Amino acid sequence: MSHAHRPRAIDGQAPDVFSRDDTVPMRQFADTDEVDFAIVGTGCGGGVLAAKLAEAGFSVVAFDAGAFWRPLSDFASDEREQEKLYWLDPRISDGADPLEFGSNNSGRSVGGSSVHFQMVALRFRPEWFAARSRLGYAIDWPVDWREMWRYYDEVERACAISGPLTYPWGPDRGRYPYRAHEVNAAGQVLARGAEALGVDWAPTPLATVSAPRGKSPPCVYRGMCKIGCSTNAKQSVLVTYIPRALDAGAEIRDLAMVTRIATDRQGRATGVEYHRDGQSRFQKARNVVCAGYSIETPRLLLNSANARQPTGLANSSDTVGRYLMVHLNDAIWSVMDDEIRWYKGPPSMACCEHWNYIDDHPDKDFDGGYAFMSQGPLPTDYARTLVTNSGVFGHELRRKMALYNRMAGLKMVGETMPCADNRVTLAEETDAFGVPRAHVTYAHDDNDRRMRRHARAFMAQMLEAAGGRDLLETSSTAHLMGGCRMGADPETSVTDSDGRTWDVPNLWVCDGSLMPTGGGVNPSMTIMANAARIADRIKTLCASGTSERAHG
Amino acid sequence: MSPRFHAPYPGWDILDKWESPSFNDITRAVLRRRLTEVHARRFFTPAEWLAVQALCDVVMPQNDNPRPVPLADWIDAALHEGRSSGTRHADMPSPRDAWRQGIAALEAEAQARGADGFANLERDAQNAMLRDVDDGKVSTEHWHGLPPQRFFRNLVLAEIVAVYYAHPTGQSEIGYGGPASPRGYVRMQPNRADSWEAPPGDWPDEDTP
Repeated sequence: MSHAHRPRAIDGQAPDVFSRDDTVPMRQFADTDEVDFAIVGTGCGGGVLAAKLAEAGFSVVAFDAGAFWRPLSDFASDEREQEKLYWLDPRISDGADPLEFGSNNSGRSVGGSSVHFQMVALRFRPEWFAARSRLGYAIDWPVDWREMWRYYDEVERACAISGPLTYPWGPDRGRYPYRAHEVNAAGQVLARGAEALGVDWAPTPLATVSAPRGKSPPCVYRGMCKIGCSTNAKQSVLVTYIPRALDAGAEIRDLAMVTRIATDRQGRATGVEYHRDGQSRFQKARNVVCAGYSIETPRLLLNSANARQPTGLANSSDTVGRYLMVHLNDAIWSVMDDEIRWYKGPPSMACCEHWNYIDDHPDKDFDGGYAFMSQGPLPTDYARTLVTNSGVFGHELRRKMALYNRMAGLKMVGETMPCADNRVTLAEETDAFGVPRAHVTYAHDDNDRRMRRHARAFMAQMLEAAGGRDLLETSSTAHLMGGCRMGADPETSVTDSDGRTWDVPNLWVCDGSLMPTGGGVNPSMTIMANAARIADRIKTLCASGTSERAHG
Repeated sequence: MSPRFHAPYPGWDILDKWESPSFNDITRAVLRRRLTEVHARRFFTPAEWLAVQALCDVVMPQNDNPRPVPLADWIDAALHEGRSSGTRHADMPSPRDAWRQGIAALEAEAQARGADGFANLERDAQNAMLRDVDDGKVSTEHWHGLPPQRFFRNLVLAEIVAVYYAHPTGQSEIGYGGPASPRGYVRMQPNRADSWEAPPGDWPDEDTP
């Protein structure tokens, strides 16, 4: 594989992500400079935070274990090569329903998982921010939905989301910044089925531009969003917030693996230990932010245990690593009479949030909600789904795969309940840096099983209504949420509503691990909106002198 | 028995677009390596190698391919290089140990069925044996600590299809468009294809409405 083996953001220069081989100037800090913020992770949480804090004048160094890619020259049209975008270091997967990591939910690049996400840009339903008090399940967020919705506006503008003029579900959200894309044949199957059943559907709001934007050309519908966009039409964090962060004077350290947060005798964070280019180093910082997502953030906090906090940093509540959530990602696939050629266009161009916005219905026998979208998996992705779910092999496998161009699919994004026993701990075995590997335990509950049954039946009905036959059901999960949840109660959460850990005043979390509930939509917009909100909260706290910052 | 494989897109070869705007430099470089760099066996032992090759043949029969994809060689290379998927199931050994144990278990299972090894079973018996492994119907102690279905589906099948359908041969036979950068696609409607996509498929009777 053509890996970036050596760091590229060095000597006062960072890769220009809009070029094939150029650089842009980058401010650099010494390890001995006590920077205002050391941010661990540069995805939907850390990338957004780094940009907004640097723009507010703070000194920022953001670390990422992954490479700093230039999509135009680094991204091939090839699934196997592009595995370089994923976190492939093994996690130990345990429990009654063990999770799949890697390409399924874990990025390892500057820009994080947004470099390989499928760009589905949906908002939480307002009531989900008060799931316990409004809907009677799980737990409330410590944030009001109107505040979160204002930040959805902000990040949707920052990512120039292409979406429909009117969206069928939830409160009026105004117009999306860019017009909706033409819905491909795979999406038209969902549309036809929804109309036959009398339920709403929508062109999916997507983070890929439908018209030129700055140095981003409009999407050319090559369909390889999940393995990295090689044209920069995709509005990932790598091509939106990272350039902003660099412009504002943040330093990005690529291929820099943070292994431990150091603390002083008072228990305050003093900086981060990290490995880069074969060296072990230490960056001093006034504040440390964990933004490594739901596995690496808990892993880092647990591995940073000290004499005062022997069970892990910020873990007096024993909540670090707990309440890990995924989305149910079951799908129905069917053979169509038409050639669909679902490899063209973004994979999920039509969506249905019908069951996210229904509470009282005789058929609804579960808490939470689910959305589902049309599908367009690339060949090896679809083949893996087929064989791991059905065990098919031989001529029958080749025959089923030969129907690739005639297939359509509907796949759910279903909310699972936060459960204390679904968690990240440290394994005995260590990685190349001597850090214990993550050990992840996961089991579904009865609510998950009821929702999965309901969604499978509904999606099957819709596909049949659209003319699908020879239905195949598959089971999987997607996305990660929780693991260091924020909350109103220090006994049951890791951080307050600002992402500041209850135990260590200059240690923060800013990524998907903060999410107290998972909702029934893809999480990236929610993670970004929450990060944008936390950035503004930090600015406010610093202005009022209740948080650390540099002077002068 | 399953029907014999019928290729719906005869003559379609994504490599014919090599010099077209559907290919860029990095994709050409990656595919050039995939087509030319086939390493000699480095991970499996000679005895294991026979069984692995037979296993690939049964899972992905390629007797109709003029140039079969060297599946076993790519699996060997991935294991030699320590390529990882990001997930290690707690009930499974590491990929290398799992493959060694799994191949030994398949050999023992074939011997329990009266053959010298998996490669020496008749094709029907090989098919039947793999279906039994997938169903967990195994008879030897060699599977201890290695769940047969997880080994078969998540390692054997998943790895074989990951190699086959990442190869231009596998991609062409299913009518996939192949590399698409910088040029993508224009015609997004059902039954419509750009001139740089496969022409409409030729479907066998059982798949035709």
